[in-house]
Amino acid sequence: MPLLEIKNLSVSIPTPDGDVHAVRAVSLDIERGEIHGVIGESGCGKTMTGMAALGLVPKGARIQADRFHFDGEDLRENAVRLRGRRIGLISQDPAAALNPVLSIASQMDDVIRAHRDMPRRARRAEAAGLLAATGLPDPERVLRSYPHQLSGGMQQRVVIAQALATGADFLIADEPTTALDVSVGAQVLALLRKLVAERGLTVLMITHDMDVIAEACDRATVLYAGRSIETGPVDDVLQRPGHPYTRALLAALPDAAPHAARLSAIEGSIPAPRSTIAGCAFAPRCPQAMPVCAAEPPPERGNDGRRWLCHLPEGTR
Amino acid sequence: MELLRYILRRMLLSAFVVVGVTFLVFVVAQVVPSDPAALYAGPRPTAEQIEKARQELNLDAPLQARFATFATAMASGDFGISYKSRRLIAEDLRAYLPATLELAVFSTGLALLIGIPLGVVAAAHQGRWADRLGSFGSIAAVAMPTFFLAMILQLVFAQWLGILPLSGRLSREIAISAPLQMITGFNLIDAILAGRFDVFGDALAHLILPALTLASYPAGVAMRLTRSAMIEILERRHIVAARALGLSEPRILFGHALPNAMGPALTVIGLSFAYALTGAVLVEIIFAWPGLGRYVSEAILAKDFPVIAAVTMVVTICYVVMNLLIDIAQALVDPRVALS
Ligand SMILES: Nc1ncnc2c1ncn2[C@@H]1O[C@H](COP(=O)(O)OP(=O)(O)O)[C@@H](O)[C@H]1O
Ligand code: SF4
Ligand SMILES: [Mg+2]
Repeated sequence: MPLLEIKNLSVSIPTPDGDVHAVRAVSLDIERGEIHGVIGESGCGKTMTGMAALGLVPKGARIQADRFHFDGEDLRENAVRLRGRRIGLISQDPAAALNPVLSIASQMDDVIRAHRDMPRRARRAEAAGLLAATGLPDPERVLRSYPHQLSGGMQQRVVIAQALATGADFLIADEPTTALDVSVGAQVLALLRKLVAERGLTVLMITHDMDVIAEACDRATVLYAGRSIETGPVDDVLQRPGHPYTRALLAALPDAAPHAARLSAIEGSIPAPRSTIAGCAFAPRCPQAMPVCAAEPPPERGNDGRRWLCHLPEGTR
Repeated sequence: MELLRYILRRMLLSAFVVVGVTFLVFVVAQVVPSDPAALYAGPRPTAEQIEKARQELNLDAPLQARFATFATAMASGDFGISYKSRRLIAEDLRAYLPATLELAVFSTGLALLIGIPLGVVAAAHQGRWADRLGSFGSIAAVAMPTFFLAMILQLVFAQWLGILPLSGRLSREIAISAPLQMITGFNLIDAILAGRFDVFGDALAHLILPALTLASYPAGVAMRLTRSAMIEILERRHIVAARALGLSEPRILFGHALPNAMGPALTVIGLSFAYALTGAVLVEIIFAWPGLGRYVSEAILAKDFPVIAAVTMVVTICYVVMNLLIDIAQALVDPRVALS
């Protein structure tokens, strides 16, 4: 049984201008011990999928799913209890994720105290140990610091140490390297890989960067307009993409292209989040689109761990 | 280091403000259309008496020389004598200032103790009935005229329930039969220093109604400001992160969000304190509180300028010192403040 099982998840947010379909139909199976990448353009529902698993969707949002379970427990009822105990969050901008007016020591202590019954001095030692485990060279100095006194890479390590302090075994990492320099980002990815191996963690790695998928992930799921359109082992997805959108993503990847330009290099833009989509969401931009594509939802292709949604028969390129 | 530099900078600024106000007070004294010599000389003075007063008050000296005299006198705490009563102003202040400060500090504390937690709770229940009720309460607290609130409080607690005294600063029996030795001038503190707990209770009982009356307006403002600051802060990413870390909701509200809202809350302290210091006139009169407000309002009616100048200077200094303390507190609460 996968640790995280999501089948046909949708998240709709009511607004004065109509419902925003932040997530339309995401299916995701994450096995214990893997780093599962979720990739897609900005606005395709990556963050909202993670937030739904944490029970942190905006007020009034509707969550529906055929299955939405973590370790056998329904997340629709148990997300609030599971977050901060079994499920942790590492967010995009570590500077924003840390409280600017509290010292690192007090922020670490708060987390440890919330989860474990320990005397004060033991908590301090525990905090220092966790910071050291994330590769911070001088934990005592970091504990005495305020967030603005640390570099982005150090801040992200503190955020990871906080997540470890909760005892969570499943981490949702939402673009953990986007706000960091490339080399620092690579160090953070290496750290996550090491922690997964050492502590038996499982990670949902949200990113818009194919390099992160290639570097750090075991399996990957591609999202488009709130739908998971292809999933499989990273090597398969990268080398034998089934879905035309995945192929377009990879084609737009000349190593010389600047980061931000990569995903937007595909012509056209994603459908408006308030629109209803009858057929394949990618049809307006797809070079291989057929009349049936815009009218009917595409069927599932592939097998077991290797699936994609497309009207094109398997083997067609 | 940054903090020290920041504090020094603030102190310098405060000194400038005090000097500026000194200058302003002096200038106003020159342009006020009344003859101090005539006032000083007593009722129905002769031309000779006025001339004598003029010399005594040194009114014929050049302007710069008189400003220098004025400023040095102010700096040394020599506020001169009242034109009207001929009493030493410094002596009057020693009696009246502590009474007003005690009321101001107590009511400011009360305002924060009431306003800030209510603002936090309202923000946490944004849009629901607790928030609506709080909004209504804060508007009522701000809009309620002082004299009306004072009247209601006196009616309920002094007249009907009879649990608090109607007015004054101490009961007559205590004031006459066993007077408190004045050390700091703050009755609450002097009572503790003297080990007189009966007096402490009596002074506290007298303090409650005027302090509540004075606290109403700043408490309403504190609640509004805290609420809006908290609503903005509760949307921030680090609050989402704190929830994802499994922290309890009270811990997030008071331990993580409120410290970020302390900036606006501390600003209210300054506002509230200034209001209590100068806005206390009416309250002091209603509650027969022997403070600066009553003192200065009598001086204004009598055009007793040295008294007005002295009170202005003292209130300015109190306010500037309070603001300096707030600025320092702000830098201690939020270490980024000292950097800007
Ligand atoms: N609080 C919200 N209210 C309304 N719409 C939202 C809200 N949060 C996100 N959305 C919308 O939901 C869609 C998915 O957002 P998100 O999950 O953040 O995308 P991603 O993380 O993939 O960039 C976007 O169209 C976004 O505008
Ligand atoms: S279903 Fe049609 S439009 Fe959609 S990706 Fe496949 S071929 Fe393109
Ligand atoms: Mg996102």
